[in-house]
Amino acid sequence: MSDPSYEIVIGLEVHVQLQTATKLFCRCSTRFGAPPNTQTCPVCIGLPGSLPVMNRQAFELALKTAVALNCEIPAFTKWDRKQYYYPDLPKGYQISQFDLPMSQHGYLEISDAKGAFAPKRVGILRAHLEEDAGKSMHDELAGKADSRIDLNRTGTPLLEIVSQPDMRSPEEARAYLTELKLLLTYLGVSDCNMQEGSLRVDANINLHVATPQGTVATPIVEVKNMNSFRAVERAMAFEATRQFDVWNDTRISLGAPGGHKTTRGWDEQAQVTRPQRQKEESSDYRYFPDPDLAPVIVTDQQLDAVRASLGELPAALRDRLQTERGIDAYDADVIVNQGRAFVDYFSELADIGGDAKRASNWMQQDVLRVLNERDLTIELFPISPASLAELLKTVQRGELDTSRARDVFNVMAESGDSAAQAMQRLGIQAVHRDELRDLCRELLDANPNVVADVQSGKEKAIGALIGQAKRRNPNANPNQVRQLCLELIRQQGSAQE
Amino acid sequence: MSIHDLTATELIRRLESGDLSSVEVVQAFLKRIEQGDGRVRAFVRVEANRALSAAERIDQRRRGGESVGRLGGLPVAVKDVICTEGQATTCASKMLQRFTPPYDATVIRRLKQADAILIGKTNMDEFAMGGTTESSALATTCNPWDLARVPGGSSGGAAACLAAGMVPLSIGSDTGGSIRQPASFCGVNGLKPTYGRVSRFGLIAFASSLDQIGPLARNAEDLALLLEVLAGHDPSDSTSANVPVPEYSRLVSQPLDGLTLGVVREHFGEGLDSQVQEAVREALRVYESLGATVKDISLPHSRYAIATYYIIACCEASSNLARYDGVHYGYRTDETAMLADLAAEQRALTSRGDSPLLDDLDSPLVRMYRQTRSEGFGAEVKRRIMLGTYALSHGYYDAYYVKALKVRRLIRNDFDAAFREVDLIAGPVAPTPAYRLGEKTEDPLAMYLGDLYTVSANLAGICALSVPCGLNGQGMPIGLQLQGPLLDEQRLLRAARMYQTVTDWHTRRPEGF
Amino acid sequence: MSLTRQQIVKVSLLARLRLQDDELDRMTHQLDQVVSYMDLLAEVDTEDAEPMAHAVEQTNVFAEDHVLPSLDRESALSNAPKRDEQCYRVPAVLGD
Repeated sequence: MSDPSYEIVIGLEVHVQLQTATKLFCRCSTRFGAPPNTQTCPVCIGLPGSLPVMNRQAFELALKTAVALNCEIPAFTKWDRKQYYYPDLPKGYQISQFDLPMSQHGYLEISDAKGAFAPKRVGILRAHLEEDAGKSMHDELAGKADSRIDLNRTGTPLLEIVSQPDMRSPEEARAYLTELKLLLTYLGVSDCNMQEGSLRVDANINLHVATPQGTVATPIVEVKNMNSFRAVERAMAFEATRQFDVWNDTRISLGAPGGHKTTRGWDEQAQVTRPQRQKEESSDYRYFPDPDLAPVIVTDQQLDAVRASLGELPAALRDRLQTERGIDAYDADVIVNQGRAFVDYFSELADIGGDAKRASNWMQQDVLRVLNERDLTIELFPISPASLAELLKTVQRGELDTSRARDVFNVMAESGDSAAQAMQRLGIQAVHRDELRDLCRELLDANPNVVADVQSGKEKAIGALIGQAKRRNPNANPNQVRQLCLELIRQQGSAQE
Repeated sequence: MSIHDLTATELIRRLESGDLSSVEVVQAFLKRIEQGDGRVRAFVRVEANRALSAAERIDQRRRGGESVGRLGGLPVAVKDVICTEGQATTCASKMLQRFTPPYDATVIRRLKQADAILIGKTNMDEFAMGGTTESSALATTCNPWDLARVPGGSSGGAAACLAAGMVPLSIGSDTGGSIRQPASFCGVNGLKPTYGRVSRFGLIAFASSLDQIGPLARNAEDLALLLEVLAGHDPSDSTSANVPVPEYSRLVSQPLDGLTLGVVREHFGEGLDSQVQEAVREALRVYESLGATVKDISLPHSRYAIATYYIIACCEASSNLARYDGVHYGYRTDETAMLADLAAEQRALTSRGDSPLLDDLDSPLVRMYRQTRSEGFGAEVKRRIMLGTYALSHGYYDAYYVKALKVRRLIRNDFDAAFREVDLIAGPVAPTPAYRLGEKTEDPLAMYLGDLYTVSANLAGICALSVPCGLNGQGMPIGLQLQGPLLDEQRLLRAARMYQTVTDWHTRRPEGF
Repeated sequence: MSLTRQQIVKVSLLARLRLQDDELDRMTHQLDQVVSYMDLLAEVDTEDAEPMAHAVEQTNVFAEDHVLPSLDRESALSNAPKRDEQCYRVPAVLGD
């Protein structure tokens, strides 16, 4: 935090699209990108007489997420109508959850592997299941001020996850989002694609300012229109500074006249937040239980089954990689953050290759580099863990130096060859230790001055021989040449004494 | 006997035996409609050509030895609150005057599967809100027994066309008595099934937790037949009861031994017309003569039923009718005129320098919503939307809506206790027989109070029916209401049938029809 | 509780209705009568009564997550009061 005279207080509301084939209350497809108004039916258009029926899969995915977020799951939950008028909300109400959400009082642990902030628990106030609205498109052609409405997205299942105002810096806010996205990805409940709107973030932020009279809270601002985690981080930083400036100018605190909650939008281009017009009469949603939907009762057995189905979650996995594989916290974090498939690849590579640290380094540097360069996921990575393990073993035995191994790796990644095939293609042969020893002996015999230098303590003099060795045999491993030469010189020395 | 005098059960027998063809039956009823509906105006639309060609197809199938459905070739009228694919469904509202659903309600699908012939859509109170059918934006329906009187409502057209012999069977919907009360006003039979017994999918909602589709017919047997076709679990309706449907048409003729009828003390108080009271008492004596026991019971919370019902119904209605906003379907105000008015208002306020009012001025979108809804809805619908919006709004929710839900529970508990003592509850359907057109239109509260005996069944979710049990001094029909426990329609139907084996009120027809 | 004209004006905006002056007067009068009648419920002891939002208690009603055909666009848009080839059209949505 830049200014110690105030503390930043951030709470986040995340809407996640659940990965179902069909919508929450009808069986229209949820596929993204279809031509406008081709994925609708009487139910999601809200035609008179149509009725909603809850998607079982949507409820189960929501339940899974809530359990993974350590939430309490009440035995009884119901759906309510949230009423407001908007052209992309065809029924005049959104089916959501009000006073009895399906889950509440959970938490998510966040930390920073580089120690930017101390590990902490961010409280989850509630997570509830609701339907999405459609899309309003505003094309203000000359004199034509119509909006166009596409209802394809209407009724897509959303999980709204509301955090407690527990984050104290923009970095923590970003870490929370990153960890939440990772968890959702591990659970397989959402693709979390922000570009396609499957993950949306709104933030509530204010400051706790230290004054001689004690701590004072500034008015809460809800920030919208943030299209990436980086945008959230920047918007929060911007808002903190802006709110502190406003405080210094006005001294208006939360709840005081003029201190009500306001809404601002993040302008990505200008990197500032701007005030947004509130929706008219938005304050009175007239929630009431939806008489068309049956409440849901969740039993303990059902919850046990959900818990059993979760699999290993990121936090536990990070711990296990450290204890079982002996890699450090930072490395475990990087690997786990790449997703479950990446971890599986790593584990297999370490199992076969036998050296977890080396496997971890290669995964982070080389594998990730190729994935990024080619915009691939690990599932489509052309080198199998077994092939890569074969290459790493060659390095471990000293038969190949790292830079040669990287050349081999690149060929493998390009061609899908095995390590042996790639080495052959590059004309690399692993040089047998006896062969190399003979070469070193010849070189030492031909260069008595180098031997003398080394014996007088100038080990660096060996460098001259490595170049010569490479010229005689391009596959000679420099480290091995150095070691063998030193060994031979030491043997000579002791023989002379 | 002419075709239009026969019951549905009898008509089906003759259709099956080949004595009558479906085309003959449909033609006979179309002729009745042509002769009588100019006076009654029960229909908002008659599908003569469609009905005749459907009848021809059924006849062909029968002649070809193919099996046909339960109602094979029999005309049925459908209240215009139920969606019919490709055929206008208006709810008797200007709002939906040009609305053509792209889908069939589940009950329509079931009727089509049973090879019923949909002969037309019947008039009703706008969005089923009312007890006289006078709030229809399309036509005023008259009572065939006295054309100066109301047919009741909201299923007024459904009851009137049956009373006038224009159809043998009719489908209505009942949210607070909208099948039973017009049935009693028009001297026909009407049944409100248990909530969930018949699918609501495709029924345009008035109050979702109270609405139920049900049959109207000439006698108990016909009610049983039609209910058997309509009832059944529907996965498209989350509130649909997933239980087997008894064979009502077979069970209906079995009398009930040792029947105990409860008579609600609170139903025989102030406001009950003396002739209605006498007719109901007489019906109870008939039951006693058939071996039934009549027992005095109490439903202690029945005096709160009207207030409870109107709060819940209006709250749900205000939400259900929010979708009529002129965006996706239905009526939209003349946008050009609306925008011009708005611009003029803006200019006037600007020149007066009235910035507070200028800030309050509707945006074009909000004005479009408000103007559309104000022009598209009639007075009664607007009243109920306003009442429901108010009762759900911040600060009033607990005092009205939640309070009403709690009293609703007490009303249900009263019924549960009563049905531990008696098999069925018997009493009046409405405090008076049909009144004159225009008599109550300006006094909504007086009209609401007329639903005193019927709304409780909807609140509690139980089943109830109305059977004719007399005529008053002016020759207007009087109805007897029987209420039964959840899902016990077969007991209601058997009790009604018992009564009709020894009485002939259900066979009376209005003069001139 | 008694209803004022001002409350009716406020509720009419919430309900997206636009009432003319004479309508507002009539509405205030009629709803005031009805609401006064509803105050009857205040006398009922509902201490132990569980609110009853559904006529018949049902729980856990689900549909399976299998795609069924949607309406073709023409049918979906066929009832729209104003539209183009692809979308519903409305007067511009402001803000947001």
